[in-house]
Amino acid sequence: MGTRQLELEVMRYDPEKDEAPHFQTYSVPCNEDWVILDAINYVKDNIDTTLAYRWSCHMMVCGSCGMMVNGEPVLTCKTFVRDLPDKVRIEPLENFPIERDLVVVLDDVMQKLHQVQPYIVRKDDPPEDAEYKQTRGQLMKFKQLTMCINCMCCYAACPQYGLNKDFIGPAALALAHRYNLDNRDQGKSDRLDILADHNGVWECSFVGACSEVCPKHVDPAAAIQQMKVDGAVEFWKQRLGIPGDKS
Amino acid sequence: MAIAKKAIVWGLFAAGGTLTSFILPALIGLFLLVATGNVPENLQFEQFHAFAASWLGKACLFVVLFLSVWHAAHRLRVVVHDFGIRKDALVANAVYTVAAVGTVLAAFYLLAIS
Amino acid sequence: MSRRPYVREMSKTTWYMRNGRYRVYVLRELSSFLVAFYTFLVIYALSVLAAGSAVQWNSFLASQQGVGMIIFHGLALLYFLFYQTFPWFKLAPKAMPIQVGENKVADSKIIGAHYVAWIVVTAFIFWLAGVI
Repeated sequence: MGTRQLELEVMRYDPEKDEAPHFQTYSVPCNEDWVILDAINYVKDNIDTTLAYRWSCHMMVCGSCGMMVNGEPVLTCKTFVRDLPDKVRIEPLENFPIERDLVVVLDDVMQKLHQVQPYIVRKDDPPEDAEYKQTRGQLMKFKQLTMCINCMCCYAACPQYGLNKDFIGPAALALAHRYNLDNRDQGKSDRLDILADHNGVWECSFVGACSEVCPKHVDPAAAIQQMKVDGAVEFWKQRLGIPGDKS
Repeated sequence: MAIAKKAIVWGLFAAGGTLTSFILPALIGLFLLVATGNVPENLQFEQFHAFAASWLGKACLFVVLFLSVWHAAHRLRVVVHDFGIRKDALVANAVYTVAAVGTVLAAFYLLAIS
Repeated sequence: MSRRPYVREMSKTTWYMRNGRYRVYVLRELSSFLVAFYTFLVIYALSVLAAGSAVQWNSFLASQQGVGMIIFHGLALLYFLFYQTFPWFKLAPKAMPIQVGENKVADSKIIGAHYVAWIVVTAFIFWLAGVI
């Protein structure tokens, strides 16, 4: 197996010493079949133990190793060394405050995910001694949206979130849509207040970057456009006094 | 439940976007023909005047112009926002006023053709 | 240990220069100027038509002729096709997904249907104008 020397330009920021982030270069002997996360782990293990970053599973499940690699928000466990040039620039995810080095502050999106009520809301009692029924067709309406692992690459790609931090943003809106489309859910009207408000779906201008960078092919941009269609229809239904959806 | 008023113009934007995507290339094609001096037969005064004088012709032209102008207005509002001018309420008032004027003018001229 | 998160601000006026994806988006949105331009051009044409004389109409048509206008409309047509019509068709299945029975209809089928419909509509308009 061939090795290749990679120049990693890593953004560093120490809140206790640095006024602003700066780049530090590490020369890393990489195996061709390594992913960028392996190269970063090599730095941590062999060159510089002070480097701070998040990772856990190394297999595209946990969603914690999202970073900017050559300007693109990616999961570093999914980004192969063989697909990259000899010089690689690694930065913390765009649009988030930097906690330290490659670690970003996620408080804002965590609060937003919570805000859209991402769980099944019921207005009636659950069926007795039975589960809620769902056909395969009903599941297929939203299955793609359940793939989100909250890596927040979509927020790093979204210029509207970068420009306006009040925007609810791609992952949280997609998650809201996932529950709106679930036949077991009755919370659509509860979510409408937040989703159809100024900082909800209307702040999206369909740049589409969120869907292009999503490592799990969730397609938040599609979900948001569908919610705009919903919102526009609901608006007229309300004005014309036509009863809304089931919920 | 509050749905932001953007829902109204967004509906017009979506309808207008679909409409213009389908028909504007053909419309520009017609202007291109006119530019080369090959004026299409039904764009000659007699024929086009008769088309615009018919109620069906008026209705078609009005729907196209109405949706196009509101579509353009909504997108220009976003463009201005994207270029960093963040006085959204002011910009929205300006572009939608122009769209409303365009709508009134279209209706006025169409009704004047008889 | 003290928390002192560093905030990177995004430029409100030049953010779209950051990457190719954003630049394509801005170019796409600028096609709205063409929609506005042609809408008001047609409204102006109607105002000439409303004046009711063939002489005025013919002088309007004459004013629209020339090499400059050919180049302008030609470029406008290309710009509009590549930065509105084709992107719009490409994105249509996202906003309006169709599910038949258990499975979603493939995006390519929805997009293909848009192109077929577009050719039909274009042919109809040319027929209406007496070109074909």
